[in-house]
Amino acid sequence: MATDDFEAVAAKAGGTVASFEVEKLSLGERLQRFLHNYPTAAPIFVLLLAILAFYLIVGEKFLAPFNLSLVLQQVTIIGIIGVAQTLVVLTAGIDLSVGAVMVLCSVVMGRTAIEMGLPSGMAIMLGFVVGALCGAINGFLITRLRLPPFITTLGTWSIFFAINLWYSQSETIRSQDIAEQASLLQFMGISFEIWGARFTLGTITLILLFIGMWYALNHTPWGRHVYATGDDPQAAQLAGIDTNKVLLSVYIVAGVICALAAWTLIGRVGSVSPQAGQTANLDSITAVVIGGTSLFGGRGAIFGTLIGALVVGIFQNGLALAGVDVLWQQFAIGLLIILAVATDQWIRRV
Amino acid sequence: MAEANQLQPILMGRNLVKRYGRVTALDHSDFDLYPGEVLAVIGDNGAGKSSLIKALTGAAPPDIGEVYLDGKLTHFKNPMDGRSAGIETVYQNLAVSPSLNIADNLFLGRELKKAGFLGKWFHMLDHKEMQRIARDKLSELGLLTIQTINQPVETLSGGQRQAVAVARAAAFGSKVVIMDEPTAALGVKESRRVLDLIKDVRDRGMPVVLISHNMPHVWEVSDRIHVHRLGKRHAVIKPDTHTMSEGVAIMTGAMDPNDHPAGAFAQPKGA
Repeated sequence: MATDDFEAVAAKAGGTVASFEVEKLSLGERLQRFLHNYPTAAPIFVLLLAILAFYLIVGEKFLAPFNLSLVLQQVTIIGIIGVAQTLVVLTAGIDLSVGAVMVLCSVVMGRTAIEMGLPSGMAIMLGFVVGALCGAINGFLITRLRLPPFITTLGTWSIFFAINLWYSQSETIRSQDIAEQASLLQFMGISFEIWGARFTLGTITLILLFIGMWYALNHTPWGRHVYATGDDPQAAQLAGIDTNKVLLSVYIVAGVICALAAWTLIGRVGSVSPQAGQTANLDSITAVVIGGTSLFGGRGAIFGTLIGALVVGIFQNGLALAGVDVLWQQFAIGLLIILAVATDQWIRRV
Repeated sequence: MAEANQLQPILMGRNLVKRYGRVTALDHSDFDLYPGEVLAVIGDNGAGKSSLIKALTGAAPPDIGEVYLDGKLTHFKNPMDGRSAGIETVYQNLAVSPSLNIADNLFLGRELKKAGFLGKWFHMLDHKEMQRIARDKLSELGLLTIQTINQPVETLSGGQRQAVAVARAAAFGSKVVIMDEPTAALGVKESRRVLDLIKDVRDRGMPVVLISHNMPHVWEVSDRIHVHRLGKRHAVIKPDTHTMSEGVAIMTGAMDPNDHPAGAFAQPKGA
C-alpha cells in the first residue's frame, strides 16, 4: 500500500488541535466573549447607567423608594407578558398574539364572573383555560401546519382580538361592579408598603414567575430542550428531542402566562376593558430584545427580560419626571432596541 | 461463506430495500458489522450510503428487509429507537447545539436528574454529576478539559466540536458507533485527532462504522471496507489485500471485484 505520507509534514507543525486550550484574546474579543457567556451583563450595565443618569438629571426624588416601586408596578404587566415572549423568542419564534390573548382572558374572567355570575375562582380558572387554548392553537398551527410563527401569531392576534370584541360586546366592566361581585379578580391589585415603597401582589407574582421560569429553563431537561430547539432544531432532533412537542409546550405555557397577566391586569386597572393592553405585543418584544435575548433563538437569559422591562420603565419614568416630551421616550426606546440588536449580532460572531 | 464464520455480526442488514418515489436508494442490500472492527463504507455519490445507514439506525426504516442487532430482529421506527438499543451516530452536520456547553451537549436528550424528591417532582437537573461524567469521558479519550466543560460549543473549533460529538457517541453507544463523514469538514491536523479517536473507540472494544470519501483515512483506520454501488453491497475488501486504486476501481465499476485474487467478500478477522 503506497501512501504518500502527507500528514507527517503537518505533524511537524506541532500543537494539539483538539485539546481545549484557551488562546490569547484581545480586549474587544474578551468583552465579546464575556457578553456571550453572560448575556444579561449588557442590559444590567444599561440599567445602572440609566439610573445614574436620571439621578443626576432629576435628583433625589427619582431614587425615592416610592418612585422606584412605582416603576416596578408600571412594568409588572409587560414583565409578565415578557416571560411568555422570552420563552417563544428562545425557540427562534415570536408571539404577536400575546396582547390579544391577555385581553381575551381578562374579558372571559370578567364576563363569566359578572354577567354569568360564576364563582370568581371558577371564572379565573376559565380565563386560564382560554389562555392555554389560545397557546395550543398557535402551537398547533406552527408545529402541524408548519406555518412561520410571525405570520401565524399575526393572524391569531387578529382573530383573538375579534373574538374578544364580539364576546365583550365592546363593553367595559366597571371596577366598582367587580369589587362588589367578584373581588378575587382584583386580588393582584392588593398593595402594601415597606419603607415607603409600595408593592402589589401583582409585582410579587412577577418576581415569583421570573424565579420559576429561571428554574425551569436552567435546571430542568425541558429548559435545555427549549434552548436546543431554538439554537439548531435539526441538531436537537438528531439528539433525540421531539422539537414539535417542545414548541407546542412553549406556546401553551406562553398562553397560560398571558392569562396570569390578564388577572394581574384586572388587579392593576380595576376594570375589564376589551381595549386594554394594545401595546403589550411590541412592549414585550422590546423588553425581550433590550434584555439581550437573541431574536434568532437559543440565546438569552430570562432575567434579562426583567432588566429590559425595567430599562423601559426607568426611561419612561425618568424622562417624565424630567419634564421631557413623551415623543423623546419613544425615540430613546427605539435607539435602545437598535443598540440591543446590534450588540446581539456582534456577540453571535464569537 | 456462512460455514466458515463462527462470529456473529453485531449489526446485520439483510435484503434492505428503500425507495423514494421512483428512485431506488437501496436495492436488496446486505450489511455486516462484526464485533471489535472498524468497518468503512465507501461508495460514489448517490450509491446509497446514507440510505443504508439510515435504514440501520432507524432514521429512515427500509421498505423491505430486516435489520438484526446482536442477532435479534429489530423494528426501529426512528433514530431514538436505534439509539436506545445502543447504536450511536455521529452525523456529518455534527448535531451539537452551538449555544449549549459541552456537558449539556453530551447529555442533550438524556439529561440526568437529581435523585429523590427534587428530581422526581421538580425535574431538577444534576449539573454536577453531568459535568463530572462529561469530564471523565473527555479525558478518557484524551480530550483533557478541566474548567472549559462549561464553555459553549460554538467557541470551539471544528475539530473540537467533532471531538465532542465523537465523545458523546463513545460515551453512550453501548453496541455500535456510526460516524458519517467525521473528517469531511476538518483540516489535516484535526482529522488526525479524530482518526486517533476512532482507533481509541475501537480499541476499547466498540465496533465502528465509518462512512467516508477520504480513501487515505479509510485505508488507515478500517479493518474491512464495505463497497456500496448502485444501492447494494458490491464487495467487501480489506486495506491489506486491496490498494486504494483497486478500491476506487471497484467502487466506480471500473473493476469487477471477483477478478481480484482476494475475492469479492472479505471475511472478518477470527472468522
